[in-house]
Amino acid sequence: MEKFSGKVWVLGDDIDTDIIIPTEYLALETVKDMAPYAFSPLRPELAAQIKQGDIIVAGKNFGCGSSREQAPEIIKALGVKCVIAKSFARIFFRNSINNGLLLIENEKLRDVVSEGDDIAVTLNQAIEYHGETYEIASLPKNLMDIINAGGLVKAMRKLNGLD
Amino acid sequence: MGMTMAEKIIAAAAGVEEVKPGDIHTVELDRLMSNDGTTHLTIDMYNKLKNPHIADVNKLVWIVDHNVPCDSVKTAASHKKMRDFAREHEITFYEGAGVCHQVMMENHVTSGELIFGADSHTCAYGAVGAFGTGVGCTDYLYAMVTGKSWLLVPETLRFELKGKLPKGVYARDLILTIIGQIGANGANYMAMEFGGEGLKTLNISDRIAICNLCVEAGAKTALMEVDEITRAYLKEHGREPKHAFQSDGDANFAKVYEIDLSAIKPIVAKPHFVDSVVDAKECVGTHIDEAFLGSCNNGRIEDLRAGAEVIKGKKVHPLVRFLVVPASQTVYEQALEEGIIKTFMEAGAIVMNPNCSVCWGSCQGVIGENEVLISTGTRNFKGRAGHKDSFVYLASAATVTASAIKGEIATADMI
Repeated sequence: MEKFSGKVWVLGDDIDTDIIIPTEYLALETVKDMAPYAFSPLRPELAAQIKQGDIIVAGKNFGCGSSREQAPEIIKALGVKCVIAKSFARIFFRNSINNGLLLIENEKLRDVVSEGDDIAVTLNQAIEYHGETYEIASLPKNLMDIINAGGLVKAMRKLNGLD
Repeated sequence: MGMTMAEKIIAAAAGVEEVKPGDIHTVELDRLMSNDGTTHLTIDMYNKLKNPHIADVNKLVWIVDHNVPCDSVKTAASHKKMRDFAREHEITFYEGAGVCHQVMMENHVTSGELIFGADSHTCAYGAVGAFGTGVGCTDYLYAMVTGKSWLLVPETLRFELKGKLPKGVYARDLILTIIGQIGANGANYMAMEFGGEGLKTLNISDRIAICNLCVEAGAKTALMEVDEITRAYLKEHGREPKHAFQSDGDANFAKVYEIDLSAIKPIVAKPHFVDSVVDAKECVGTHIDEAFLGSCNNGRIEDLRAGAEVIKGKKVHPLVRFLVVPASQTVYEQALEEGIIKTFMEAGAIVMNPNCSVCWGSCQGVIGENEVLISTGTRNFKGRAGHKDSFVYLASAATVTASAIKGEIATADMI
Protein backbone atom coordinates (compact mmCIF):
# COMPACT_ATOMS: atom_id res chain seq x y z
CA MET A 1 0.00 0.00 0.00
CA GLU A 2 1.36 3.43 -0.96
CA LYS A 3 2.87 5.45 1.91
CA PHE A 4 3.90 9.07 1.93
CA SER A 5 4.62 11.80 4.43
CA GLY A 6 4.46 15.56 4.22
CA LYS A 7 4.42 18.86 6.03
CA VAL A 8 1.01 20.06 7.17
CA TRP A 9 -0.80 23.37 6.58
CA VAL A 10 -3.84 23.77 8.83
CA LEU A 11 -7.07 25.51 7.77
CA GLY A 12 -10.50 25.93 9.41
CA ASP A 13 -14.11 24.96 8.62
CA ASP A 14 -16.06 25.95 5.46
CA ILE A 15 -13.05 26.79 3.27
CA ASP A 16 -15.10 27.85 0.24
CA THR A 17 -14.22 27.95 -3.44
CA ASP A 18 -14.01 31.76 -3.42
CA ILE A 19 -11.28 31.45 -0.75
CA ILE A 20 -9.50 28.76 -2.77
CA ILE A 21 -9.61 30.93 -5.90
CA PRO A 22 -11.37 34.33 -5.87
CA THR A 23 -13.50 35.24 -8.89
CA GLU A 24 -11.23 38.11 -9.95
CA TYR A 25 -8.39 35.69 -10.79
CA LEU A 26 -10.52 33.22 -12.80
CA ALA A 27 -9.97 35.32 -15.93
CA LEU A 28 -6.23 34.54 -15.84
CA GLU A 29 -5.26 32.25 -18.66
CA THR A 30 -3.86 29.18 -16.93
CA VAL A 31 -4.19 27.41 -13.61
CA LYS A 32 -0.47 28.11 -13.12
CA ASP A 33 -1.18 31.86 -13.40
CA MET A 34 -3.99 31.56 -10.84
CA ALA A 35 -2.11 29.39 -8.31
CA PRO A 36 -0.22 32.26 -6.56
CA TYR A 37 -3.63 33.69 -5.52
CA ALA A 38 -4.92 30.47 -3.93
CA PHE A 39 -6.38 31.06 -0.46
CA SER A 40 -5.52 34.79 -0.81
CA PRO A 41 -8.66 36.23 0.90
CA LEU A 42 -7.74 34.22 4.00
CA ARG A 43 -3.95 33.85 3.91
CA PRO A 44 -2.33 35.80 1.04
CA GLU A 45 1.14 34.40 1.85
CA LEU A 46 0.10 30.73 1.90
CA ALA A 47 0.33 29.85 -1.81
CA ALA A 48 4.01 30.90 -1.93
CA GLN A 49 4.81 28.88 1.20
CA ILE A 50 3.29 25.58 0.06
CA LYS A 51 5.91 23.18 -1.33
CA GLN A 52 5.65 20.05 -3.45
CA GLY A 53 4.37 17.13 -1.35
CA ASP A 54 2.82 19.25 1.43
CA ILE A 55 -0.54 18.29 2.92
CA ILE A 56 -3.53 20.52 3.77
CA VAL A 57 -5.54 19.57 6.86
CA ALA A 58 -8.87 21.35 7.30
CA GLY A 59 -12.18 21.26 9.17
CA LYS A 60 -15.65 20.47 7.92
CA ASN A 61 -17.21 21.29 4.52
CA PHE A 62 -13.95 21.93 2.64
CA GLY A 63 -14.58 23.22 -0.90
CA CYS A 64 -18.16 24.41 -0.37
CA GLY A 65 -19.63 26.83 -2.88
CA SER A 66 -19.09 27.10 -6.60
CA SER A 67 -18.62 24.28 -9.11
CA ARG A 68 -15.47 26.01 -10.46
CA GLU A 69 -13.08 23.20 -11.25
CA GLN A 70 -10.11 25.52 -11.02
CA ALA A 71 -10.33 25.07 -7.21
CA PRO A 72 -8.98 21.50 -7.02
CA GLU A 73 -6.77 22.09 -10.08
CA ILE A 74 -4.99 24.94 -8.30
CA ILE A 75 -4.47 22.98 -5.11
CA LYS A 76 -2.91 20.25 -7.23
CA ALA A 77 -0.83 22.79 -9.16
CA LEU A 78 0.63 24.07 -5.87
CA GLY A 79 2.05 20.59 -5.35
CA VAL A 80 -0.30 19.59 -2.54
CA LYS A 81 -0.19 15.80 -2.19
CA CYS A 82 -3.60 15.49 -0.56
CA VAL A 83 -6.25 17.36 1.42
CA ILE A 84 -7.41 15.82 4.69
CA ALA A 85 -10.62 17.33 6.07
CA LYS A 86 -13.43 16.50 8.46
CA SER A 87 -15.75 16.56 5.43
CA PHE A 88 -15.82 17.79 1.83
CA ALA A 89 -18.55 19.56 -0.13
CA ARG A 90 -19.85 17.19 -2.80
CA ILE A 91 -19.18 19.13 -6.02
CA PHE A 92 -15.61 19.78 -4.86
CA PHE A 93 -15.26 16.08 -4.02
CA ARG A 94 -16.23 15.00 -7.55
CA ASN A 95 -14.09 17.71 -9.14
CA SER A 96 -11.05 16.65 -7.10
CA ILE A 97 -11.34 13.00 -8.08
CA ASN A 98 -11.86 14.04 -11.71
CA ASN A 99 -8.63 16.05 -11.56
CA GLY A 100 -6.57 13.47 -9.71
CA LEU A 101 -6.42 15.30 -6.37
CA LEU A 102 -6.47 12.88 -3.43
CA LEU A 103 -8.98 13.69 -0.65
CA ILE A 104 -9.08 11.94 2.72
CA GLU A 105 -11.83 12.33 5.31
CA ASN A 106 -10.85 12.24 8.98
CA GLU A 107 -12.83 13.69 11.84
CA LYS A 108 -10.08 13.87 14.51
CA LEU A 109 -6.73 14.89 13.00
CA ARG A 110 -7.63 18.56 12.41
CA ASP A 111 -8.15 19.23 16.10
CA VAL A 112 -4.80 17.82 17.24
CA VAL A 113 -2.35 18.56 14.43
CA SER A 114 -0.06 21.61 14.48
CA GLU A 115 0.92 23.53 11.37
CA GLY A 116 4.44 22.76 10.20
CA ASP A 117 4.50 19.23 11.63
CA ASP A 118 4.97 16.16 9.46
CA ILE A 119 2.35 13.42 9.14
CA ALA A 120 2.60 10.01 7.49
CA VAL A 121 -0.24 8.60 5.40
CA THR A 122 -0.73 4.96 4.42
CA LEU A 123 -3.24 5.16 1.62
CA ASN A 124 -6.69 3.74 2.37
CA GLN A 125 -5.53 2.69 5.85
CA ALA A 126 -4.31 5.26 8.36
CA ILE A 127 -2.57 8.52 9.19
CA GLU A 128 0.25 8.55 11.75
CA TYR A 129 1.02 11.66 13.79
CA HIS A 130 3.02 12.01 17.02
CA GLY A 131 2.84 8.26 17.65
CA GLU A 132 -0.97 8.15 17.27
CA THR A 133 -2.78 6.34 14.46
CA TYR A 134 -5.90 7.81 12.83
CA GLU A 135 -7.85 5.34 10.72
CA ILE A 136 -9.14 6.42 7.32
CA ALA A 137 -11.72 4.86 5.03
CA SER A 138 -10.64 3.40 1.73
CA LEU A 139 -11.85 4.92 -1.50
CA PRO A 140 -13.55 2.54 -3.96
CA LYS A 141 -11.19 1.06 -6.55
CA ASN A 142 -12.79 2.89 -9.50
CA LEU A 143 -12.19 6.26 -7.82
CA MET A 144 -8.59 5.34 -6.92
CA ASP A 145 -8.02 4.33 -10.55
CA ILE A 146 -9.16 7.82 -11.64
CA ILE A 147 -6.90 9.54 -9.07
CA ASN A 148 -3.91 7.38 -9.99
CA ALA A 149 -4.39 8.06 -13.69
CA GLY A 150 -4.32 11.82 -12.94
CA GLY A 151 -8.03 12.48 -13.47
CA LEU A 152 -11.16 11.27 -15.29
CA VAL A 153 -10.13 12.26 -18.82
CA LYS A 154 -6.75 10.52 -18.49
CA ALA A 155 -8.40 7.47 -16.89
CA MET A 156 -10.85 7.18 -19.81
CA ARG A 157 -8.02 7.50 -22.33
CA LYS A 158 -6.20 4.69 -20.55
CA LEU A 159 -9.35 2.57 -20.36
CA ASN A 160 -10.02 3.05 -24.07
CA GLY A 161 -6.42 2.23 -25.00
CA LEU A 162 -5.72 5.73 -26.34
CA ASP A 163 -2.52 6.29 -24.31
CA MET B 1 -39.67 -0.38 0.51
CA GLY B 2 -41.00 2.87 -0.91
CA MET B 3 -38.81 5.41 -2.65
CA THR B 4 -38.29 9.16 -2.36
CA MET B 5 -38.65 11.56 -5.31
CA ALA B 6 -34.86 11.65 -5.77
CA GLU B 7 -34.66 7.85 -5.75
CA LYS B 8 -37.50 7.55 -8.29
CA ILE B 9 -35.88 10.01 -10.71
CA ILE B 10 -32.53 8.22 -10.48
CA ALA B 11 -34.19 4.80 -10.90
CA ALA B 12 -35.98 6.02 -14.05
CA ALA B 13 -32.77 7.55 -15.45
CA ALA B 14 -30.82 4.37 -14.67
CA GLY B 15 -33.53 2.13 -16.16
CA VAL B 16 -33.93 0.08 -12.98
CA GLU B 17 -36.94 -0.75 -10.78
CA GLU B 18 -35.50 0.32 -7.47
CA VAL B 19 -32.53 2.20 -6.01
CA LYS B 20 -31.46 2.92 -2.44
CA PRO B 21 -29.17 5.49 -0.82
CA GLY B 22 -25.50 4.60 -1.21
CA ASP B 23 -25.99 2.76 -4.53
CA ILE B 24 -24.00 4.08 -7.48
CA HIS B 25 -25.85 4.07 -10.81
CA THR B 26 -25.01 4.98 -14.35
CA VAL B 27 -27.73 7.37 -15.46
CA GLU B 28 -28.95 8.81 -18.75
CA LEU B 29 -29.12 12.60 -18.50
CA ASP B 30 -32.01 14.62 -19.92
CA ARG B 31 -30.32 17.98 -20.20
CA LEU B 32 -26.86 19.53 -19.84
CA MET B 33 -26.55 23.24 -19.01
CA SER B 34 -23.27 25.14 -19.09
CA ASN B 35 -22.46 28.86 -18.78
CA ASP B 36 -19.55 31.18 -19.50
CA GLY B 37 -18.10 30.59 -16.03
CA THR B 38 -16.40 27.39 -17.22
CA THR B 39 -17.52 26.40 -20.75
CA HIS B 40 -14.19 27.57 -22.25
CA LEU B 41 -12.44 24.96 -20.08
CA THR B 42 -14.84 22.24 -21.27
CA ILE B 43 -14.15 23.19 -24.90
CA ASP B 44 -10.37 23.07 -24.31
CA MET B 45 -10.68 19.56 -22.88
CA TYR B 46 -13.09 18.49 -25.64
CA ASN B 47 -10.66 19.62 -28.32
CA LYS B 48 -7.89 17.50 -26.79
CA LEU B 49 -9.94 14.28 -26.96
CA LYS B 50 -8.82 11.71 -29.51
CA ASN B 51 -12.37 11.10 -30.74
CA PRO B 52 -14.40 14.20 -29.88
CA HIS B 53 -18.11 13.54 -30.15
CA ILE B 54 -21.36 14.90 -28.67
CA ALA B 55 -23.78 12.14 -27.65
CA ASP B 56 -26.95 14.17 -28.23
CA VAL B 57 -26.61 17.81 -29.11
CA ASN B 58 -30.32 18.41 -28.34
CA LYS B 59 -29.60 17.91 -24.65
CA LEU B 60 -27.10 20.76 -24.50
CA VAL B 61 -28.01 24.33 -23.49
CA TRP B 62 -25.23 26.92 -23.30
CA ILE B 63 -25.85 30.29 -21.70
CA VAL B 64 -23.61 33.35 -21.50
CA ASP B 65 -24.66 35.08 -18.27
CA HIS B 66 -21.71 35.57 -15.91
CA ASN B 67 -20.00 38.44 -17.77
CA VAL B 68 -22.65 40.05 -19.98
CA PRO B 69 -21.79 42.21 -21.83
CA CYS B 70 -18.19 41.13 -21.50
CA ASP B 71 -15.91 43.39 -19.55
CA SER B 72 -12.43 42.59 -20.84
CA VAL B 73 -10.50 41.27 -23.80
CA LYS B 74 -9.98 37.98 -21.92
CA THR B 75 -13.70 37.37 -21.35
CA ALA B 76 -14.39 38.42 -24.97
CA ALA B 77 -12.05 35.63 -26.09
CA SER B 78 -13.72 33.14 -23.76
CA HIS B 79 -17.19 34.11 -25.06
CA LYS B 80 -16.04 33.89 -28.66
CA LYS B 81 -14.73 30.40 -28.10
CA MET B 82 -18.10 29.38 -26.60
CA ARG B 83 -20.18 31.16 -29.27
CA ASP B 84 -18.18 29.73 -32.18
CA PHE B 85 -18.30 26.19 -30.79
CA ALA B 86 -22.05 26.44 -30.14
CA ARG B 87 -22.65 27.67 -33.70
CA GLU B 88 -20.45 24.99 -35.27
CA HIS B 89 -22.14 22.17 -33.32
CA GLU B 90 -25.67 23.69 -33.40
CA ILE B 91 -25.95 23.83 -29.62
CA THR B 92 -28.91 25.79 -28.16
CA PHE B 93 -27.26 29.05 -27.18
CA TYR B 94 -28.35 32.14 -25.25
CA GLU B 95 -26.40 35.31 -24.75
CA GLY B 96 -27.81 38.18 -22.70
CA ALA B 97 -31.19 36.44 -22.27
CA GLY B 98 -30.75 36.17 -18.52
CA VAL B 99 -29.15 34.28 -15.67
CA CYS B 100 -28.75 30.65 -16.72
CA HIS B 101 -31.09 29.05 -14.18
CA GLN B 102 -33.89 31.52 -14.88
CA VAL B 103 -33.48 30.97 -18.64
CA MET B 104 -33.58 27.19 -18.06
CA MET B 105 -36.75 27.45 -15.95
CA GLU B 106 -38.49 29.68 -18.50
CA ASN B 107 -37.56 27.61 -21.54
CA HIS B 108 -36.44 24.05 -20.84
CA VAL B 109 -36.80 22.30 -17.48
CA THR B 110 -39.69 19.94 -16.79
CA SER B 111 -40.73 17.65 -13.92
CA GLY B 112 -38.95 14.32 -13.50
CA GLU B 113 -35.90 15.22 -15.59
CA LEU B 114 -32.34 14.56 -14.48
CA ILE B 115 -30.17 17.55 -15.34
CA PHE B 116 -26.47 18.32 -14.92
CA GLY B 117 -25.45 21.95 -14.88
CA ALA B 118 -21.88 23.22 -14.73
CA ASP B 119 -22.98 25.60 -12.00
CA SER B 120 -23.60 24.89 -8.34
CA HIS B 121 -27.08 26.45 -8.25
CA THR B 122 -28.49 23.94 -10.77
CA CYS B 123 -30.49 22.50 -7.85
CA ALA B 124 -32.97 25.35 -8.60
CA TYR B 125 -34.74 23.05 -11.10
CA GLY B 126 -36.31 21.13 -8.24
CA ALA B 127 -38.87 23.94 -8.16
CA VAL B 128 -40.78 21.97 -10.81
CA GLY B 129 -39.71 18.55 -9.52
CA ALA B 130 -36.63 18.08 -11.72
CA PHE B 131 -33.42 16.60 -10.28
CA GLY B 132 -30.83 19.28 -11.07
CA THR B 133 -27.32 19.01 -9.74
CA GLY B 134 -24.15 21.04 -10.14
CA VAL B 135 -21.00 19.49 -11.60
CA GLY B 136 -17.55 20.64 -12.68
CA CYS B 137 -16.45 20.87 -16.29
CA THR B 138 -14.83 17.40 -16.37
CA ASP B 139 -18.08 15.72 -15.30
CA TYR B 140 -19.86 17.95 -17.80
CA LEU B 141 -17.51 16.92 -20.60
CA TYR B 142 -17.98 13.22 -19.79
CA ALA B 143 -21.77 13.65 -19.88
CA MET B 144 -21.60 15.70 -23.09
CA VAL B 145 -19.55 13.01 -24.85
CA THR B 146 -21.36 9.92 -23.50
CA GLY B 147 -24.82 11.26 -22.61
CA LYS B 148 -24.39 9.54 -19.26
CA SER B 149 -22.72 9.86 -15.88
CA TRP B 150 -22.61 8.10 -12.52
CA LEU B 151 -24.55 9.18 -9.46
CA LEU B 152 -24.44 8.11 -5.85
CA VAL B 153 -28.05 7.81 -4.69
CA PRO B 154 -28.40 10.45 -1.95
CA GLU B 155 -30.27 10.16 1.30
CA THR B 156 -33.24 12.54 1.51
CA LEU B 157 -34.12 15.16 4.10
CA ARG B 158 -37.84 15.87 4.01
CA PHE B 159 -39.19 19.32 4.86
CA GLU B 160 -42.87 19.18 5.74
CA LEU B 161 -44.23 22.68 5.28
CA LYS B 162 -47.38 23.91 7.02
CA GLY B 163 -49.09 27.28 7.35
CA LYS B 164 -48.43 30.37 5.28
CA LEU B 165 -45.67 32.99 5.29
CA PRO B 166 -46.78 36.21 7.05
CA LYS B 167 -47.11 39.37 4.95
CA GLY B 168 -43.68 40.93 4.37
CA VAL B 169 -41.89 37.60 4.79
CA TYR B 170 -40.59 35.82 1.71
CA ALA B 171 -39.39 32.41 0.47
CA ARG B 172 -35.89 33.86 0.70
CA ASP B 173 -36.36 34.33 4.46
CA LEU B 174 -37.66 30.77 4.70
CA ILE B 175 -34.71 29.09 2.99
CA LEU B 176 -32.14 31.22 4.86
CA THR B 177 -33.87 30.17 8.10
CA ILE B 178 -33.65 26.49 7.08
CA ILE B 179 -29.96 26.81 6.11
CA GLY B 180 -29.28 28.51 9.45
CA GLN B 181 -31.04 25.65 11.19
CA ILE B 182 -29.29 22.72 9.48
CA GLY B 183 -25.94 24.42 8.73
CA ALA B 184 -23.80 24.99 5.62
CA ASN B 185 -23.13 21.26 5.32
CA GLY B 186 -26.33 20.06 6.96
CA ALA B 187 -27.48 18.42 3.73
CA ASN B 188 -24.06 17.51 2.31
CA TYR B 189 -24.41 14.76 -0.34
CA MET B 190 -28.17 14.69 0.38
CA ALA B 191 -31.40 15.62 -1.40
CA MET B 192 -33.70 18.18 0.24
CA GLU B 193 -37.35 17.45 -0.48
CA PHE B 194 -40.19 19.88 0.22
CA GLY B 195 -43.87 19.06 0.52
CA GLY B 196 -46.91 19.37 2.72
CA GLU B 197 -49.89 21.69 2.80
CA GLY B 198 -47.68 24.78 3.17
CA LEU B 199 -46.14 24.16 -0.24
CA LYS B 200 -49.46 25.06 -1.88
CA THR B 201 -49.03 28.65 -0.60
CA LEU B 202 -45.72 29.04 -2.48
CA ASN B 203 -45.65 30.00 -6.17
CA ILE B 204 -43.00 28.82 -8.65
CA SER B 205 -40.84 31.90 -8.04
CA ASP B 206 -40.82 31.11 -4.30
CA ARG B 207 -40.01 27.49 -5.05
CA ILE B 208 -37.08 28.46 -7.30
CA ALA B 209 -35.69 30.74 -4.56
CA ILE B 210 -35.87 27.87 -2.06
CA CYS B 211 -34.43 25.09 -4.26
CA ASN B 212 -31.72 27.33 -5.74
CA LEU B 213 -30.19 28.02 -2.33
CA CYS B 214 -30.18 24.42 -1.09
CA VAL B 215 -26.60 23.96 -2.32
CA GLU B 216 -25.66 26.44 0.41
CA ALA B 217 -26.61 23.68 2.86
CA GLY B 218 -24.45 21.29 0.79
CA ALA B 219 -27.37 19.56 -0.93
CA LYS B 220 -26.86 17.48 -4.06
CA THR B 221 -30.32 18.43 -5.25
CA ALA B 222 -33.58 19.94 -4.04
CA LEU B 223 -37.03 18.71 -5.02
CA MET B 224 -40.54 20.09 -4.65
CA GLU B 225 -43.59 17.88 -4.96
CA VAL B 226 -45.31 18.30 -8.32
CA ASP B 227 -48.79 19.79 -7.91
CA GLU B 228 -51.36 21.91 -9.73
CA ILE B 229 -49.16 25.00 -9.40
CA THR B 230 -46.30 23.15 -11.13
CA ARG B 231 -48.58 21.89 -13.89
CA ALA B 232 -50.02 25.35 -14.47
CA TYR B 233 -46.51 26.86 -14.75
CA LEU B 234 -45.37 24.19 -17.19
CA LYS B 235 -48.55 24.53 -19.27
CA GLU B 236 -48.13 28.29 -19.43
CA HIS B 237 -44.60 27.69 -20.78
CA GLY B 238 -45.75 25.03 -23.27
CA ARG B 239 -44.37 21.98 -21.49
CA GLU B 240 -45.66 18.76 -19.95
CA PRO B 241 -44.08 16.84 -17.03
CA LYS B 242 -41.80 13.96 -18.03
CA HIS B 243 -42.69 12.24 -14.74
CA ALA B 244 -44.70 13.62 -11.83
CA PHE B 245 -43.17 11.62 -8.99
CA GLN B 246 -44.15 11.90 -5.34
CA SER B 247 -42.33 10.15 -2.50
CA ASP B 248 -44.07 6.96 -1.37
CA GLY B 249 -45.81 6.89 2.02
CA ASP B 250 -43.25 4.38 3.27
CA ALA B 251 -40.22 6.08 1.70
CA ASN B 252 -37.16 6.27 3.95
CA PHE B 253 -36.08 9.80 4.92
CA ALA B 254 -32.82 10.44 6.78
CA LYS B 255 -34.73 13.04 8.78
CA VAL B 256 -38.06 14.86 8.61
CA TYR B 257 -38.30 18.52 9.59
CA GLU B 258 -41.62 20.24 10.22
CA ILE B 259 -41.52 23.88 9.27
CA ASP B 260 -44.28 26.30 10.28
CA LEU B 261 -44.25 29.01 7.62
CA SER B 262 -46.26 31.39 9.79
CA ALA B 263 -43.38 31.53 12.30
CA ILE B 264 -40.76 32.71 9.76
CA LYS B 265 -39.46 36.29 10.10
CA PRO B 266 -37.33 38.57 7.89
CA ILE B 267 -33.80 37.15 8.03
CA VAL B 268 -30.29 38.39 7.31
CA ALA B 269 -27.27 36.14 6.71
CA LYS B 270 -24.19 37.91 8.04
CA PRO B 271 -20.68 37.80 6.55
CA HIS B 272 -19.03 35.46 5.65
CA PHE B 273 -21.27 32.37 5.81
CA VAL B 274 -24.76 31.70 4.41
CA ASP B 275 -25.70 29.80 7.58
CA SER B 276 -24.72 32.75 9.78
CA VAL B 277 -28.34 33.90 9.99
CA VAL B 278 -30.05 36.23 12.44
CA ASP B 279 -33.39 37.98 12.75
CA ALA B 280 -33.09 40.98 10.38
CA LYS B 281 -33.97 43.27 13.29
CA GLU B 282 -30.62 42.40 14.92
CA CYS B 283 -28.75 43.95 11.96
CA VAL B 284 -30.83 47.12 11.73
CA GLY B 285 -28.56 50.17 11.60
CA THR B 286 -25.57 48.38 10.04
CA HIS B 287 -23.94 50.76 7.54
CA ILE B 288 -24.10 49.76 3.83
CA ASP B 289 -22.42 51.14 0.69
CA GLU B 290 -24.27 49.14 -1.95
CA ALA B 291 -27.50 47.17 -2.34
CA PHE B 292 -28.19 44.52 -4.99
CA LEU B 293 -31.58 43.24 -6.12
CA GLY B 294 -31.16 40.47 -8.67
CA SER B 295 -29.61 37.00 -9.33
CA CYS B 296 -30.96 33.53 -10.11
CA ASN B 297 -32.11 33.43 -6.52
CA ASN B 298 -34.13 36.61 -6.27
CA GLY B 299 -34.30 38.55 -9.53
CA ARG B 300 -37.75 37.48 -10.76
CA ILE B 301 -40.78 39.69 -11.33
CA GLU B 302 -42.19 38.80 -7.89
CA ASP B 303 -38.94 40.04 -6.25
CA LEU B 304 -38.88 43.24 -8.30
CA ARG B 305 -42.53 43.85 -7.35
CA ALA B 306 -41.65 43.41 -3.66
CA GLY B 307 -38.82 45.92 -3.99
CA ALA B 308 -40.89 48.40 -6.02
CA GLU B 309 -43.65 48.33 -3.44
CA VAL B 310 -41.16 49.42 -0.78
CA ILE B 311 -39.42 52.12 -2.82
CA LYS B 312 -42.35 53.67 -4.74
CA GLY B 313 -42.25 57.43 -4.17
CA LYS B 314 -39.05 57.18 -2.08
CA LYS B 315 -35.39 57.79 -2.92
CA VAL B 316 -32.27 55.68 -2.72
CA HIS B 317 -29.99 57.02 0.05
CA PRO B 318 -27.45 59.44 -1.51
CA LEU B 319 -24.47 57.43 -0.23
CA VAL B 320 -25.75 54.08 -1.56
CA ARG B 321 -25.47 52.52 -5.02
CA PHE B 322 -28.63 50.45 -5.56
CA LEU B 323 -28.26 47.94 -8.41
CA VAL B 324 -31.44 46.38 -9.82
CA VAL B 325 -30.80 43.49 -12.21
CA PRO B 326 -33.81 41.55 -13.59
CA ALA B 327 -32.99 37.81 -13.84
CA SER B 328 -34.03 37.57 -17.50
CA GLN B 329 -35.17 39.62 -20.48
CA THR B 330 -38.67 38.20 -19.95
CA VAL B 331 -38.64 39.48 -16.37
CA TYR B 332 -37.24 42.84 -17.57
CA GLU B 333 -40.01 43.24 -20.17
CA GLN B 334 -42.68 42.38 -17.64
CA ALA B 335 -41.20 44.89 -15.17
CA LEU B 336 -41.24 47.56 -17.90
CA GLU B 337 -44.90 46.83 -18.65
CA GLU B 338 -45.84 47.05 -14.99
CA GLY B 339 -44.00 50.37 -14.52
CA ILE B 340 -41.62 48.78 -12.02
CA ILE B 341 -38.47 49.81 -13.89
CA LYS B 342 -39.70 53.41 -13.91
CA THR B 343 -40.33 53.23 -10.15
CA PHE B 344 -36.77 52.06 -9.52
CA MET B 345 -35.26 54.64 -11.88
CA GLU B 346 -37.24 57.51 -10.38
CA ALA B 347 -35.95 56.43 -6.99
CA GLY B 348 -32.36 56.66 -8.24
CA ALA B 349 -31.56 52.95 -8.67
CA ILE B 350 -29.12 51.77 -11.34
CA VAL B 351 -31.11 49.33 -13.50
CA MET B 352 -28.95 46.94 -15.50
CA ASN B 353 -29.26 44.22 -18.11
CA PRO B 354 -29.93 40.64 -16.95
CA ASN B 355 -26.71 38.92 -15.83
CA CYS B 356 -25.08 37.40 -12.73
CA SER B 357 -23.69 40.80 -11.76
CA VAL B 358 -22.13 41.35 -8.34
CA CYS B 359 -23.58 38.07 -7.01
CA TRP B 360 -20.43 36.37 -8.31
CA GLY B 361 -18.12 39.35 -7.86
CA SER B 362 -17.26 40.11 -11.43
CA CYS B 363 -18.34 42.30 -14.34
CA GLN B 364 -20.56 44.83 -12.55
CA GLY B 365 -20.82 46.52 -9.21
CA VAL B 366 -17.95 44.87 -7.33
CA ILE B 367 -17.27 46.45 -3.96
CA GLY B 368 -14.01 47.90 -2.65
CA GLU B 369 -11.95 47.53 0.51
CA ASN B 370 -14.02 47.59 3.71
CA GLU B 371 -17.23 48.24 1.77
CA VAL B 372 -20.52 46.62 2.73
CA LEU B 373 -23.10 45.14 0.35
CA ILE B 374 -26.60 43.94 1.17
CA SER B 375 -27.69 41.50 -1.49
CA THR B 376 -30.38 39.16 -2.75
CA GLY B 377 -27.55 37.11 -4.31
CA THR B 378 -26.61 33.55 -3.51
CA ARG B 379 -23.49 33.85 -1.36
CA ASN B 380 -21.74 36.04 1.19
CA PHE B 381 -18.34 34.34 1.30
CA LYS B 382 -15.30 36.44 2.17
CA GLY B 383 -14.31 38.41 -0.93
CA ARG B 384 -17.24 37.01 -2.94
CA ALA B 385 -18.43 40.43 -4.19
CA GLY B 386 -15.08 42.11 -4.70
CA HIS B 387 -12.23 43.08 -2.35
CA LYS B 388 -11.05 40.36 0.03
CA ASP B 389 -11.72 42.71 2.92
CA SER B 390 -15.34 43.54 2.11
CA PHE B 391 -18.63 42.37 3.62
CA VAL B 392 -21.81 40.88 2.17
CA TYR B 393 -25.15 40.53 3.98
CA LEU B 394 -27.88 38.41 2.35
CA ALA B 395 -31.56 39.30 2.69
CA SER B 396 -34.90 39.39 0.84
CA ALA B 397 -35.75 41.87 -1.94
CA ALA B 398 -37.89 43.87 0.50
CA THR B 399 -35.15 44.11 3.15
CA VAL B 400 -32.49 44.96 0.54
CA THR B 401 -34.67 47.74 -0.92
CA ALA B 402 -35.53 49.14 2.51
CA SER B 403 -31.79 49.19 3.32
CA ALA B 404 -31.03 51.02 0.04
CA ILE B 405 -33.43 53.77 1.10
CA LYS B 406 -32.11 54.06 4.66
CA GLY B 407 -28.38 53.74 3.88
CA GLU B 408 -28.16 51.10 6.57
CA ILE B 409 -29.76 47.71 7.10
CA ALA B 410 -33.50 48.19 7.57
CA THR B 411 -36.65 46.11 7.23
CA ALA B 412 -39.56 47.11 4.97
CA ASP B 413 -41.85 47.88 7.90
CA MET B 414 -39.48 50.73 8.86
CA ILE B 415 -40.08 52.59 5.57
